[in-house]
Amino acid sequence: MMQLGLFSQPIWSVTEITQYLRELFAEDQQLQDVWVQGEISNFSRPSSGHLYFTLKDAGCALRCVMWRTAAMRLNQLPRDGEAVEVHGKIDIYEAQGQYQLYADLLRPFGEGALYQEFMRLKSRLEAEGLFSEERKRALPRWPRRIGVVTSPTGAALRDILNTLRRRYPLVEVVVAPTAVQGEEAPPGIVAALEALNRLAQPDVILLARGGGSMEDLWAFNDERVARAIAASQAPVVSGVGHETDFTIADFVSDLRAPTPTASAELATPNRQDLLDSLVDLSGRQVRAINASLTGLRLQFQRLSNRLTFLSPQTRIRSDRQRLDEYAYRLQLSCQHHLQLQRTSLHNLEGQLHTLNPTAVLQRGYSIVSKGEGRVVRSTSQVQANDILNVQVSDGIFNVEVRNPDSG
Amino acid sequence: MTKSNPMTGETTAESFPPIQGMTYEQAFSELEAIVAALESNERALAEGMALYQRGQELAKYCAQQLDEAELKVQKIAGDEIVNADF
Repeated sequence: MMQLGLFSQPIWSVTEITQYLRELFAEDQQLQDVWVQGEISNFSRPSSGHLYFTLKDAGCALRCVMWRTAAMRLNQLPRDGEAVEVHGKIDIYEAQGQYQLYADLLRPFGEGALYQEFMRLKSRLEAEGLFSEERKRALPRWPRRIGVVTSPTGAALRDILNTLRRRYPLVEVVVAPTAVQGEEAPPGIVAALEALNRLAQPDVILLARGGGSMEDLWAFNDERVARAIAASQAPVVSGVGHETDFTIADFVSDLRAPTPTASAELATPNRQDLLDSLVDLSGRQVRAINASLTGLRLQFQRLSNRLTFLSPQTRIRSDRQRLDEYAYRLQLSCQHHLQLQRTSLHNLEGQLHTLNPTAVLQRGYSIVSKGEGRVVRSTSQVQANDILNVQVSDGIFNVEVRNPDSG
Repeated sequence: MTKSNPMTGETTAESFPPIQGMTYEQAFSELEAIVAALESNERALAEGMALYQRGQELAKYCAQQLDEAELKVQKIAGDEIVNADF
């Protein structure tokens, strides 16, 4: 029976028991979202890009894995012996039967405490109104003088100067060199801002530092620096660390740039844009002057047309035309008149012809006249021996009167 | 030296201040104003041409400034501003 009892218990396969444990882990919310603090050992990074290490403290060890995608977000790789804080979830690696921390975040030890401090200062200054939008000043369109507060040896200064040379070489740069990291950095930055405003009176100040850990950038989370930025006469553009880094200086500044290079870009116009707008203005000038010349030409054309219309030349020409017209009409009426005359003349000729005495003479009559053309119509006009003229159709001859009364 | 024709009141090219020595900002602002003036209202031909010529000179000057300018870099040393070779 005892043996039966022994065998009545279910028997798990390794896989089954491992699965069971994984489910237990997965049900515990605490294990899904956990920060663990410890010292790194056995760090390795094979060609896959994943990170493997062990977190240790005085008595215990915890295997950790950080996949490549999470590892790529690290500013710098951890080293053995380094004290760190790691975030992730606890799960079981089935093939080895080993629980481990699957890490997604890793930061140097103490940064958590720094972060708390950062948040406290941020909310205090925010409540004071130091970050308010009304405080932000506009940057000048064309700065003549740019102040730069940064380390004289850092890449940030080199990047800024290169950017300014490329974009806007017309500007004058005054660098206020200062430490940007360590104990002496905050008072150094405060003094640099003060000296720039007092000595150089720049149109805008770039406050810059290249990328680094949260601790490296800590000077830009210092309250003294924040107040010096707020007190600056010239507007301040902050360009601290990388795009993902936010510092108190970024919040107080009039403009936050993601990087030192970007701070120089935001503070200046771009040379190419300036050249483009020059080309544009030149073109507009040419078009404007052409349009105005065309307008003037049109105006001139209109006036010139009116002048031609009003000129005596035109009057003369039109009078001449009218004259021609009259002459033609005169000619027409003359011809008509002449025709009429001609017709009546013809009629008169006919009449005249019928009245012509010569025509009667041809019919055999004759005209007798005495002396100077006195036509003889009666015997009483003549006496014997008078010489009379007799006109017939083809001539005249004389006759002598014999018996004047014999008629 | 301002010269203007008393008959027409028009200004001649000589009435503009010299361009040499202007800051880029000054030259560009004047160029913008001239283009705006040319575009907005009608004016006497001589005046328009004078403005146009002035504008072209300003544009050339501005472009030249951009081409030839070399970034001047100084630094604060103690209480002084001195030349720097960063």
